[in-house]
Amino acid sequence: MAARAPAIVLWLLLLALCGVQIANSRFVADLSSFLPAAPTEQQRLLVDQLRDGAISRVMLVGISGGDAGARADTSRALAARLRQDPRFASVANGAPGDFGRERDIVLAQRYVLSPNVTPQRFEVEGLRAAIAETLDLLASPAGLVLKSLVARDPTGETLAVAEALRRAENPNAVEGVWATPDGSEAVLVMRTRAAGSDTEAQAAAWAALEATYRELAAGKALTLVVTGPGVFSAKARAMIEHDVQRLALVSLAIVVTVMLLVYRSALAIALGLLPVLSGGIVGIAAVSLGFGVVHGITLGFGTTLIGEAVDYSIYLFVQSEHAGDENWVKRFWPTIRLGVLTSIAGFSALVFSGLPGLAQLGVYSITGLVVAAAVTRFVLPQLLPAGFRVRDVSGLGRVLVRVAATAARARWIVPALAAAAIVVLATHRATLWEPQISALNPIVDSDRQADVRLRASLGASDARHMIAVHGATVEESLAAAEKVTATLDGLVGAGRLAGYESPSRYLPSQATQQARRESLPGAAVLRERLRQALAGSPLRAERLEPFITDVEAARSSPPLTRESLAGTAFEQAIEGMLFRDPQGRWTAMIGLRPDARSRIDLPAVAGAIASAGVGSAVLIDLKAEIDNLYSGYFERALAMSAAGLGVIVLLLAGALRSPARVLRVMAPLVAGVLVVAAWHALAGTRLSLLHLIALLLVIAIGSNYALFFDRAATVQDHNAARTLASLALANFTTVASFGALSLSSIPVLHAIGSTVAVGAFITLAFAAMLSGAGIQFAHGHNQNAHDPPDGR
Amino acid sequence: MKRLLLLAAFAAAQAPAADWNIPTLFAELARARPERAAFVEKKYISILDRPVESSGELAFTPPDRMEKVTLKPKPERVTVDRETVTLERNGKRQSLRLRENPAVAVLVESVRGTLAGDLAALSRTYSIALAGDRAAWRITLRPLDPSLGTLVERVEVAGAQARVGIVEIFQADGDRSVMALSPLAR
Repeated sequence: MAARAPAIVLWLLLLALCGVQIANSRFVADLSSFLPAAPTEQQRLLVDQLRDGAISRVMLVGISGGDAGARADTSRALAARLRQDPRFASVANGAPGDFGRERDIVLAQRYVLSPNVTPQRFEVEGLRAAIAETLDLLASPAGLVLKSLVARDPTGETLAVAEALRRAENPNAVEGVWATPDGSEAVLVMRTRAAGSDTEAQAAAWAALEATYRELAAGKALTLVVTGPGVFSAKARAMIEHDVQRLALVSLAIVVTVMLLVYRSALAIALGLLPVLSGGIVGIAAVSLGFGVVHGITLGFGTTLIGEAVDYSIYLFVQSEHAGDENWVKRFWPTIRLGVLTSIAGFSALVFSGLPGLAQLGVYSITGLVVAAAVTRFVLPQLLPAGFRVRDVSGLGRVLVRVAATAARARWIVPALAAAAIVVLATHRATLWEPQISALNPIVDSDRQADVRLRASLGASDARHMIAVHGATVEESLAAAEKVTATLDGLVGAGRLAGYESPSRYLPSQATQQARRESLPGAAVLRERLRQALAGSPLRAERLEPFITDVEAARSSPPLTRESLAGTAFEQAIEGMLFRDPQGRWTAMIGLRPDARSRIDLPAVAGAIASAGVGSAVLIDLKAEIDNLYSGYFERALAMSAAGLGVIVLLLAGALRSPARVLRVMAPLVAGVLVVAAWHALAGTRLSLLHLIALLLVIAIGSNYALFFDRAATVQDHNAARTLASLALANFTTVASFGALSLSSIPVLHAIGSTVAVGAFITLAFAAMLSGAGIQFAHGHNQNAHDPPDGR
Repeated sequence: MKRLLLLAAFAAAQAPAADWNIPTLFAELARARPERAAFVEKKYISILDRPVESSGELAFTPPDRMEKVTLKPKPERVTVDRETVTLERNGKRQSLRLRENPAVAVLVESVRGTLAGDLAALSRTYSIALAGDRAAWRITLRPLDPSLGTLVERVEVAGAQARVGIVEIFQADGDRSVMALSPLAR
């Protein structure tokens, strides 16, 4: 009795610790977890951006229906209300009059913001040229707006700053607010304060937006559409939450029903579920420990553990002769242990897939299975009350033995189906694989299209090529950005680049600001220089006293900092271009603007970067990176699956010590995988990397059954019927739980669920047909069963 | 103000003949062929002692395309095509839409609407008064929208027969510009 205590105490202690860990876990649902843990610098930047960057905070709003006036009014009212909402950092709808503070900043800071400010510009000659230019502008049609500024800013620095900050193309506007190009939909852009990965906050902001809109649009025939990474995450989370609950209930209901039918004992069910619950709890805790957060999809995937981990207790209950049957451990544990190991090999492909989200599924499943098996082996037998016995299922077993025997006569079906599957796969090879990363995205098509439409109407699509530079501080990264943009200016001048956007335009480095301030002469000197420069000009120097006052003020003004831009459109602009990455470095992003034909002379840009002498500068092509990303990790998944398969074969070879037996175990599995893949091809489902991994899981899980058949073929089992019944039950629960997963609307879960459910059933059927088990089981009356030679 | 009233009274006294009025003038303007003219524009700005002067060519292609190419003092091209105004200067292009820039629209439309003879369009934006006769007429356009009146007080367009000769823009702050047009051989 004393010997049983340590295992139970250890188990309870583990559960308690895991409970504490889970209570302190953060649960997330953003989809960026299903982006790869980017191997290259460019991809890492990209993924960081998608997860927490400015891109992730954008919410796009479209208002359609009604008439243009109603749409514009609603757009204006919505913007006005949401600007008061602290959840939104900014709300833009294109209505003029939004930029009072920005105008003030440009005017007040023009001498540190203007790229034209140099000492020469404030010499007599420089002043003469700059003022002449301004007078020419006054003569031009553009002069109207300038007129009022001439006395304060005769050298035209305000205009130079405005020019540098100006967007290339303004979005279309109808009735004074932004609209889609066809004018049928008013468009607003909002930025949330919370990062896109903070799904909780994103959902709250989205809900606030919808509620405000409903209030404003009550009684109007308008339709609202909201898109953006945060909204999509919130939607996905709702979908996941809904699915997780439903799937868990369905799966649990099926498993409990089956156990109830078979065991007819509430105690047996409760005990049988102990390993499952233990595995689930420890699995979640392990994910939380390993990843810091637990993804909702991981919980959804947890459903499959119900069906799989319950197998072990089924084996124990059904196969053992009586409570505390040490023989069971001797006879069956090695086979189960080998099955656990092959399953681990299968789920390892998930762990090493390179996607944190999938890695979570892998860690969860591996931990869960190991714990469930260990609890079944070490804890459960000690908890069984003396005389515990589940109902004898030999009757069911004998039926199954007859079915297996009959099926085994049709064993030719297996190679025939496998051959047919190969033909199907060969003919469908062009459309076999899914090349799009979006296949993993649970966002419905209509939402995705709305997002594309709204983005296109804002001209937000030019953000494709960018240059990233790094520095330990804001100042360093800005200085690096300035070095790069200095060489880009050459390209712009030569017409090889339409333009660029750099954070240093909104916030020049302190060094540059200082240099510009030092370019400004004192009041007396400036007054004298103006007198000389303006000799004979229609503009008399005496009229420029406001200019002299402003320059004097600028000479001693405090530096412009990130803080001084707080709450302005400049802050939002800069936020996306200048940020701290998880490594604590500051990154400045320079966006390149393509010419009218949407072309960028990339070799020239690369040359310019090289000549800038900024070591940290990297040129990023977002689209190419995203494409690379997917193909990169598809290849990785392929390699991981191959490695997983290799490990499974090695495990089998090591345990079975016979090529013939390895072949016998593998044959039904390979045939099963081929048939499932062909079934997907025929159904028109393209195989994503998830299907690939799921196929490996078919092999890993299927090997558990194949091993029992192998065992039955080599060892005389005195109660073969019961063993077969336990296998059938275990298989049924696995198929049921993965089948429940296939009901999910989340592509990740659906792909794995449908593949494994079908695969697990087919491999069991194939194993039964191929192993010759029909004969062995049918005549398995030898009581002198020796210990199995496998395992150890 | 008094002078203005006087002027208005004078204009009323000199009311055009019954067979020649705003609609007939605009009908003639609308029938006129596409035109190219040299322009000299002087801007009288209070801060400057002398007016700034620019010159170049103005071309109008019915129904709604206008191009103003400035040659002096700095080459510059302004193209108005339907809704879009494009400014090209120093190799840079900048476009804006009239609908979104009413202040620009009020200036552009006065000239283009007159050249096009589009009375309906002009009437939507301005009140229109006509003085003089067919040989020497002057129309005065005042923005209907009071918010625009704070910028442009009025635009006066003078001409003879179906040809526009002078466009004068009076800004609310007292500054003004005078553009004189002389036809170029086609």
